[in-house]
Amino acid sequence: MLKDLFPKKKRYATISPPSTARDKSLEGIMNKCKRCGEILLSKELEKHLKTCPNCGYHFTMTAQERIAVTFDEGSFQAFTDSLVTENPLEFPDYLEKVEKAQSLTGMEEGVLSGIGTIAGYKAVAAVMDASFIMGSMGSVVGERLTRAVEQALDRRVPMIIFSVSGGARMQEGIFSLMQMAKVSAVLARLAARGGLYISVLTNPTTGGVTASFAMQGDLNLSEPGAIIGFAGRRVIEPMIRQKLPDEFQTSEFVLEHGMLDQVVHRKDMKSLLATVLSLHERGGRG
Amino acid sequence: MAVELPFEKPLVELRSKIEELKTFTEEKGIDVSSEVAELERKAQELMETIYKNLTPWQKVQIARHPERPTTLDYIQGICDDFVELHGDRSFRDDPAVVGGIARFDGYPITVVGTQKGKGTKDNLYRNFGMAHPEGYRKALRLMKQAEKFRRPLLCFVDTAGAYPGLGAEERGQGEAIARNIIEMAALRIPIVVVVTGEGGSGGALGLGVGDRVLMLEHAWYSVIAPESAATILWKDPALGQKAADVMRITAEDLHRFGIIDEILAEPFGGAQRNHAQMIATVKEAVARSFRDLMAIDYGALPDRRFDKYRRIGVYGEGMQ
Repeated sequence: MLKDLFPKKKRYATISPPSTARDKSLEGIMNKCKRCGEILLSKELEKHLKTCPNCGYHFTMTAQERIAVTFDEGSFQAFTDSLVTENPLEFPDYLEKVEKAQSLTGMEEGVLSGIGTIAGYKAVAAVMDASFIMGSMGSVVGERLTRAVEQALDRRVPMIIFSVSGGARMQEGIFSLMQMAKVSAVLARLAARGGLYISVLTNPTTGGVTASFAMQGDLNLSEPGAIIGFAGRRVIEPMIRQKLPDEFQTSEFVLEHGMLDQVVHRKDMKSLLATVLSLHERGGRG
Repeated sequence: MAVELPFEKPLVELRSKIEELKTFTEEKGIDVSSEVAELERKAQELMETIYKNLTPWQKVQIARHPERPTTLDYIQGICDDFVELHGDRSFRDDPAVVGGIARFDGYPITVVGTQKGKGTKDNLYRNFGMAHPEGYRKALRLMKQAEKFRRPLLCFVDTAGAYPGLGAEERGQGEAIARNIIEMAALRIPIVVVVTGEGGSGGALGLGVGDRVLMLEHAWYSVIAPESAATILWKDPALGQKAADVMRITAEDLHRFGIIDEILAEPFGGAQRNHAQMIATVKEAVARSFRDLMAIDYGALPDRRFDKYRRIGVYGEGMQ
């Protein structure tokens, strides 16, 4: 599958400077922590992997940033494809919305995938991006995730999915819903063959993504303060006619209720992943 | 017609007019039988016009009709020796999901499905057919049991969606549905799914992964209920009708898309008008589906199912 790779171009190997078009909070050099209000220099924020050194708040990362802080420098080779989003429902203004997201993010769709090493251990990863229509899952996202898992299967390498998603992409209707079944089916195949799958749920992971692959990991990990849930707070509150506690659906809440294995600070995520991969060497090192 | 739907109003009015005329005839002894006949012909015409041109939104209303057969009606109608089994063995029994073992077409099967109530009291007990995580976990327990005993699995889907509530979230609604989907993909037994009314989102898919998916003619199945879609898209739940039109949620749409395998014709005007006929149609289609699937080596079914779902998705693929 060499043609699927970028063997020479190490596009995602270094932390790319955040583009101002994408992240207004990083405009210039000053940033304000969304939780404690601390003013942070961009450099300082980068050094702390986009977490607040004062209160530990985890800022949202783009898919490229996530890859850069997770994989060994220069090791990540992106899988390429030429998948193009279509409009099967002929949903009004949908393709315009996609084009807008494309120009805003510089991405073709809401997930990147590829293979690389984490502290020397090989892994295939698919990384969602919240800035592309809220990381929602349509046919292209589902197909890309599926192909990435198939790569993990073919190469006998562990699979890691970093989720961040508002859930299904409504404009693709039933096709979006069925991507949950498709990705689950390929993960079932990976599981049947003894392949390791690590799911990292990042802020926010909700709806159909939580109700499918994000909760199907051999390990389900998350970051502090990430919102994880099926139905959103705004749906539940009117239904039960009461206000939900602040900690509702945070990763700590979800950990406490037994749906996650660990909540891991971003600075410790890479080493934890490396340890877990090292404990699965037979399935892990191709 | 005990419960009338809004779009049936003209028909109901015409019918009551006919009744009036008939009473008039009896009371006054004046013969208006030709007028009555004419009106009855009109009523028939109107019925044809309405029911042969149902809009997606009208279908949604039929799919939600309180007098439609429920999962238990289908189970009791098509199976013998139904033994209901309760509980997820870890938290509680969820009455919004029913299941058990039964004899179907002469062989044992496992059957599960979401269960709506009949009347207000029963609906409160059944939580209007909206399952909690323990409902999905009960279903999964029965599915795994079916696999152990190599029994085919029949799933009925009729739910507005999985219940969005505090307890449901605490107990892992997302995890429960996710687990069912991945486990159903891997079950080494034939699975037939029948969407009988509402196919609401992940809550439906949590019982909806199968080798053959059948759908009743007026049922709807979508990533999200029309009213919820309207809330998100236009911040107005009252625009459900508009959402129903754009979301492509009818059996006809889904069959054209290759998402479902077969549309089951409903009695004229909807399943609620003739339970026996609807149940017979479901029985025949399920029996035929199982006959085909039971001829296949059960060990090969997960791969076949994978191929079926692997193909779903619409995207372009340009030049590299």
